[in-house]
Amino acid sequence: MAKPFRETLKTKGFIVTAEAAPVKGSNMSKPIENIELLKDKVDALNVTDNQSSVMRYPSLGTCLLIKERGGEAVLQITCRDRNRLAIQGDLLFAWSRGIGNVLCLTGDSIDVGDHKEAKPVFDLDSVQLIHLVHTLNSGKDMAGNDLDGGIDFCIGTTATPSADPLEPQLVKVGKKLEAGVSFIQTQAVYELDELKRFVEFVRKKDAKVKVLAGIVPAIGAKMAEYMNENVPGIFVPQYIIDELAQAPKGKGVSKGIEIAARMIRQVKEEKICDGVHIMFIGREEKVPEILKSAGLL
Amino acid sequence: MAFCCEHSAYSAADLAGRLALHCPENLRVIPVPCAGRVDTLHILKAFEKGAAAVLVLGCEEGACHHLTGNTRAKERVKHSEVLLKEIGGNGRYVAMSNLSPNAPHKFVKIIDEMNEKIKKSGEVR
Amino acid sequence: MIIAERKPMEEIKQVIAPYKKVLLAGCGTCVTVCWSGGEKEVGILASQLRLARGTEGKDHAILEATVERQCEKEMAEELRSKVAEVDAVLSLACGIGVQTMAEIFEEKPIFPALNTTFLGMPEKEGVWVEMCGACGDCFLDRTGSVCPIVRCAKGLLNGPCGGTRKGGKCEIDPQKDCAWVLIYRRLEKQGRLDLMQKYYPPKNFRAVKRPGKIQAIKA
Repeated sequence: MAKPFRETLKTKGFIVTAEAAPVKGSNMSKPIENIELLKDKVDALNVTDNQSSVMRYPSLGTCLLIKERGGEAVLQITCRDRNRLAIQGDLLFAWSRGIGNVLCLTGDSIDVGDHKEAKPVFDLDSVQLIHLVHTLNSGKDMAGNDLDGGIDFCIGTTATPSADPLEPQLVKVGKKLEAGVSFIQTQAVYELDELKRFVEFVRKKDAKVKVLAGIVPAIGAKMAEYMNENVPGIFVPQYIIDELAQAPKGKGVSKGIEIAARMIRQVKEEKICDGVHIMFIGREEKVPEILKSAGLL
Repeated sequence: MAFCCEHSAYSAADLAGRLALHCPENLRVIPVPCAGRVDTLHILKAFEKGAAAVLVLGCEEGACHHLTGNTRAKERVKHSEVLLKEIGGNGRYVAMSNLSPNAPHKFVKIIDEMNEKIKKSGEVR
Repeated sequence: MIIAERKPMEEIKQVIAPYKKVLLAGCGTCVTVCWSGGEKEVGILASQLRLARGTEGKDHAILEATVERQCEKEMAEELRSKVAEVDAVLSLACGIGVQTMAEIFEEKPIFPALNTTFLGMPEKEGVWVEMCGACGDCFLDRTGSVCPIVRCAKGLLNGPCGGTRKGGKCEIDPQKDCAWVLIYRRLEKQGRLDLMQKYYPPKNFRAVKRPGKIQAIKA
């Protein structure tokens, strides 16, 4: 049985989490493979919620699988697909089945996904969602009714340290910190100075929250350019694109992993933040290699 | 049907007449104070009245007597093409040309070229 | 004002195809201003349809008429005699005008020639942008008068989201500004950033119970 993430956050020096993508369908063999591969190598495993607005098996479903197999899961909830009633219901259900960590996100827009004609919900935003979990944690629902059987989630959220302009994003992060979160898993960072600046800002407002730097290996110059253009919140700087472009043909993935591992080592050695959150969607089987190269295995 | 600006095309047409230059019989000339006076609706109405082609003829670019009339006319002719395309084109031609008042040969050339186009599409009226 | 744009020609042709005599009814207010359904646009569409249907060899008539405001029953009523002459009406008003016509002329098929799109204003000549969501619970006092409901693609009250593009552009469209960046800059200019730093609880989406109905009292 994995250690509850809440405890890990309090006690462990350098925290490592990773992300596993759910399947588009009901065939659980690949998710199970990924879970088995990663569950004992990381402190917690996130499952995305219709990431990039692409319809998939729900985060909650895969989280239950992780739990069944002895791992520690982080449920991701976005505000795009569910209204406040559905979200509260989902949280009650998740808790009742032993899921104890939730990451609160706004959610990518419908337009970037594969169901472009769907109606976006956004009944809540991510800050309101954080408040909502606290409300449920306190034994009441959003309408003020008492709950028969409460919950006690460990709450986390995201942030984009490389946003441009940065100031409005920091106002938002400030509100999230005031609402109260135990951990922040950032969007992909490539510039460690940006990360340092971000952590400094966070520390001033909340000395206890754990910041985990988002690591998304860019596996080629073209891929990096594609991500810059099409994936919300990702900005791969030019010098990294150049470094990737110099990799010999067929070595794009290894180069991306090398760069990612290098960043992780630096973050750890310089104690820039409290850990890392590795997102290698579609190539989860490569995550152990990253961890090894970074000296974490 | 040719909408002719009085400061340029109409004078050219007049000169062509005086020089007895041959002009096709199916041509109707409508004088206007400026090419810019021609509205998209006028062009469409011309087709409703049975025109096979509509020409809007104004002053040389940069030399519009009313400064921007010929530029506006150019945009309207483009827009008319879009509107005609929406309902299938069907061999209805509209075009804008620029010429100076003392260019009777150019005037005739423009008319002849459009006539060729109409004949080719088999819709002489 | 209400912004609408003309439906694709194919759709319009298809919807009036079964009818020999059609009245094109324009509106002199919002759709005139946004160049989609005023007297001029009625004239152009009527001309196009006559040319199109003429080629198709059918014996039809297209009538034209425009009233000042098609959403007012008394004004729409002015079209009664013309409506009596035709088999169907193609309304170039916004959805409200179309429905008003349908209420008054219940026995006549009334079709929309436009798609009503949003409440907006001209950003510059010929470019209309959405500005108001008619949410019934105006939030503009708290955002330096930039509407977060419709100008933010996700309608966030505590924005921005993490997807803002470089330079402060919206996640969904690099040509559009991130509303929350606009809000930040506006409030910063006025020294009122404290408004953006406040937490705003979830929106009351039932401030206007839809379908909306209001009883006003004339002063």
